[in-house]
Amino acid sequence: MKIVRNSRLAKALMLGLPAVLASAMLAAPAQAATEITFQTWNSQVSQDQWNAMTAAFMKANPDITVKVSYVPGGVEGDALIKTQLASGTMADVFSYNVGALMQAIDPVRNLVNLKNEPWVKSVNSGFIPSATGPDGGFYAAPFGTAMGGGILYNKRIYAKLNLQIPLTWKDFMANNAKIKKAGIVPVISSWKDSWTAQLFVLGDHFNVAAAMPGFEEKFTGNKIVLAKNPSTLAGFQHLEEVRKAGYYNKDVAATTFAKALEYLALGKGAHYPMLSAGIDTIVANFPTKASDIGFMAQPGTNAKSNGVTVWMPAGVYIAKTTKNLEAAKKFVAWTVSKESFEVQNKVVPPSGPYFIKGAPVSGNLTGVFTDLYNYMQGKGTSYPALEFLTPVKGPNLSQICVEIGSGQKNALQGAQSYQKDLQKQSQQLGLAGW
Amino acid sequence: MILTRNKGLKSKTKYRSIWADITGIIVTVIVFILPFYFLVVNAAKSQEESFRLNMSPPEKWLLFQNIAKVVSDYDWHVLNATKNSLILTIFSVFFLIIISGMTGFVMHRKRDNTSAVANFLVLTALVIPPAIVPTIWVLQRIGLYKTLAGMIAIEVAYGLAFAVLIFRNFIGTIPKEIDEAAIVDGCTGWNLYFRIIFPLLKPVSITIGIIATAAVFNDFTNPLYFLPGDENATLQGTLFAYVSRYSTQYNLLFADILYITAFPLLAFIFFNKRIVSGMTAGSIKG
Amino acid sequence: MKKKRIKSPYASSLYWPAGILYMVLFFIPTVLSLFFSLTRWTLQEWEFIGIENFTLYFSEENLRIGFRNTIIYAVLTSGLKVIFALYLATFLSSKLRATGFIRSVLFFPTLVSTIGVGITFSVLMNPYEGIINAVIKSVAGFFGKTTDGPGWLIDPNLLPIVSIALVDVWKGVGIATLIYIAGMAAIPRDYYEASSIDGASTRQQFYKVTIPLVRPAMFSVIILSFVGGLRSFDLIWAMTGGGPGFISDVLASINYKQYTSGYYGLATAGNVILFVVVSILVFPLSRYLNKKEVVM
Repeated sequence: MKIVRNSRLAKALMLGLPAVLASAMLAAPAQAATEITFQTWNSQVSQDQWNAMTAAFMKANPDITVKVSYVPGGVEGDALIKTQLASGTMADVFSYNVGALMQAIDPVRNLVNLKNEPWVKSVNSGFIPSATGPDGGFYAAPFGTAMGGGILYNKRIYAKLNLQIPLTWKDFMANNAKIKKAGIVPVISSWKDSWTAQLFVLGDHFNVAAAMPGFEEKFTGNKIVLAKNPSTLAGFQHLEEVRKAGYYNKDVAATTFAKALEYLALGKGAHYPMLSAGIDTIVANFPTKASDIGFMAQPGTNAKSNGVTVWMPAGVYIAKTTKNLEAAKKFVAWTVSKESFEVQNKVVPPSGPYFIKGAPVSGNLTGVFTDLYNYMQGKGTSYPALEFLTPVKGPNLSQICVEIGSGQKNALQGAQSYQKDLQKQSQQLGLAGW
Repeated sequence: MILTRNKGLKSKTKYRSIWADITGIIVTVIVFILPFYFLVVNAAKSQEESFRLNMSPPEKWLLFQNIAKVVSDYDWHVLNATKNSLILTIFSVFFLIIISGMTGFVMHRKRDNTSAVANFLVLTALVIPPAIVPTIWVLQRIGLYKTLAGMIAIEVAYGLAFAVLIFRNFIGTIPKEIDEAAIVDGCTGWNLYFRIIFPLLKPVSITIGIIATAAVFNDFTNPLYFLPGDENATLQGTLFAYVSRYSTQYNLLFADILYITAFPLLAFIFFNKRIVSGMTAGSIKG
Repeated sequence: MKKKRIKSPYASSLYWPAGILYMVLFFIPTVLSLFFSLTRWTLQEWEFIGIENFTLYFSEENLRIGFRNTIIYAVLTSGLKVIFALYLATFLSSKLRATGFIRSVLFFPTLVSTIGVGITFSVLMNPYEGIINAVIKSVAGFFGKTTDGPGWLIDPNLLPIVSIALVDVWKGVGIATLIYIAGMAAIPRDYYEASSIDGASTRQQFYKVTIPLVRPAMFSVIILSFVGGLRSFDLIWAMTGGGPGFISDVLASINYKQYTSGYYGLATAGNVILFVVVSILVFPLSRYLNKKEVVM
């Protein structure tokens, strides 16, 4: 009834929009099965995965239909998702980042607490903190695999020049000198896709945490000055040192993510500071070269403490506005079931470990997978990235990193800029102590 | 004597005009056609070849295969989007021309407090970016959120300022004597506008029609916010989606751009003659 | 002071459809959002903080770059469009043979979406592999010189914003030309006939007949392209995202980044500031142009 009245009002307001159009929206189709909507990022891989997964789910649950829709990635997607949540128009189930980005969408208000779901027991404990809200509720089912933040490298170049995996930054730079002498680009970077420029800083968190125990708590409480601690400054300095030594590819400012991976795969460059998942693109574009690529942790100052910074998988959430909570819960539970992982493995071989205990891993596994897996199995050789341990995350880091890498700012100025960025973000989020 | 000199002068100008022609064509070709050539050849290449992003012609022309792939992808999703885009564009442009012409007319002719306020509001609307979230809130209240009708209303509302401004300025070129003659004949109010003035606005209506068509058809951010959902997708939305989906498949990305551009392009070519004749026919004598 | 009240022949009700649409879908949402510029706003909750957003906005590190680029972009795009389009429209209104062809070609870019144009030109302007620099290099080579060519979109100085402005002109000059052509079509032929009987040359006709009479069109072009330039954002976003670093940021892209970061109150304050800036520049300009029109 209400709808009808509203639409009449609308008709009156629109003065002359044809009645046909206005009434078209009144025709609500009758549906037998429960229909739930699911929203995720738009990429070829995610489309293939979710098509396969929803098909398998619907086959197992014929009374539920899942309609998938896609949103763009990047900041456009972020803005859209926040708008959808605020206006109560979010899909029943959706996937989005965990960690600081989840904190920024106000989980307590917008998301369904999944703490008491039976599958939560099987979630790997490493994932739990990054999907826990300020109220202690647990909000996301992990989707996809862990990623390592470190350096993808070309093993052929390493073998040809007889190089060792560097355990300290000094060794890394020494390797770079030899690589440059051999006429190969030592460090590939791709500032046309500016997010890729952040890896030297973000991937250094294992080393920061090793040097400063209890860092995250102090950082969240605004007790850290980035520019004044050698370990927090190191990542910014790396960007500057590599530039000063002339180790970047000449066309770094015009290079895209995909181009950078091509350089690495074809051996035009030796190192690419990147997430381990970059290998997926090489597998897709240069399948014969995938075995040439390895993955190493970003080295710090201490050879004895060498490990990888780990990125958590995305989360699958239920929006509080859903009208089909039971069906939505059923779907989310299915995504972390054994059947679901078998479907996922078939579509894309995993590029890192899953975060569900006992999840099967199969398919054509790459060397990068093995390298990452070894780091994560080892004792004290992996640590979560900072954004999964604190709600504080400045949005301008990638541009600041480009500024340092291109010489518009030095490392110190960059660290100070980023501090201001953090301050602004925390104030806008209303965090204590800023 | 004088006659011959005049003749010489005339042929000299004629000679010069040929050169103007040739230079004009060459410059236009270089500046305006080359980017399109680039688009077309790259849309016709294989994925590996298109990754080079150069001007050389493709080894094998795959233009139609690529476009077919884009169109059939994702369950022929693009066809539905085509339909939505066409409905949205046609209705928005139609209502925009009708509504903004009336407004521009009364704004120019009736110089009172209302027109001063309207003038201010028009410039304000040109300047202020729309507030997304409150607009969604309003649309939900009036039951037009997520509907094509609502999207049409939004496009008209957002296009108003621009169209009213142009209409208002052009109505300035129509002599007031025309109104006065009609008023004497007893033609006032809405009749005055729709019977007498609107037919004289053909050139500017066509101009606004073309501009608004391009703007509405190419709008992707507003449908993203006000018309979400796959069944409501517009063509620009699919392009935006393909930018992330085909991040390394430039051939398909360019094929999609070509497919989308084809609609306004065909419309333009089809109407080109009428646009030109409409513009000249509508000119006001004296 | 009694005036005889006659019913005006111009019906105020002609305002209604536009007025209602404007009120419901633009004015009300805008007023709602203006309020939020004084708050810290998460879209769902707000906290009144007075003018703090405005002070914070002015402390933005890259604001100076943003202001500078906004002005450069608006002046450059509107200036070039006003001039180029006038000459193009004159040329296209003439009786030359190529006009039909050129006219069509000129409008093509208007029909292509901004994303499409952005993607295409950022590829063409790639300083290492792009065609533009390849041409520059070979021309330089022809004259026996070697050059790397300009960095276009990746130059660490003013060049990126200028490059984008040139692409904007490329894309938008067709619309400006169209507005001019419609204006020229409205110029009565007799004026030209009369002036050529008086012995005026084509050049004189252009300055003495075309320019004065095409003024309303010119004013539309000036206002629209200037305001468009000040607000412009989508092409910049598609081509450089404000980078490298922050070098090609404009006010609108700074606001957009704040919006996507979830700083809704701050972004709204930014829009208010942008509005004030544009108003300070545009309202006097518009009043000046309107006056000239009335005098005419």
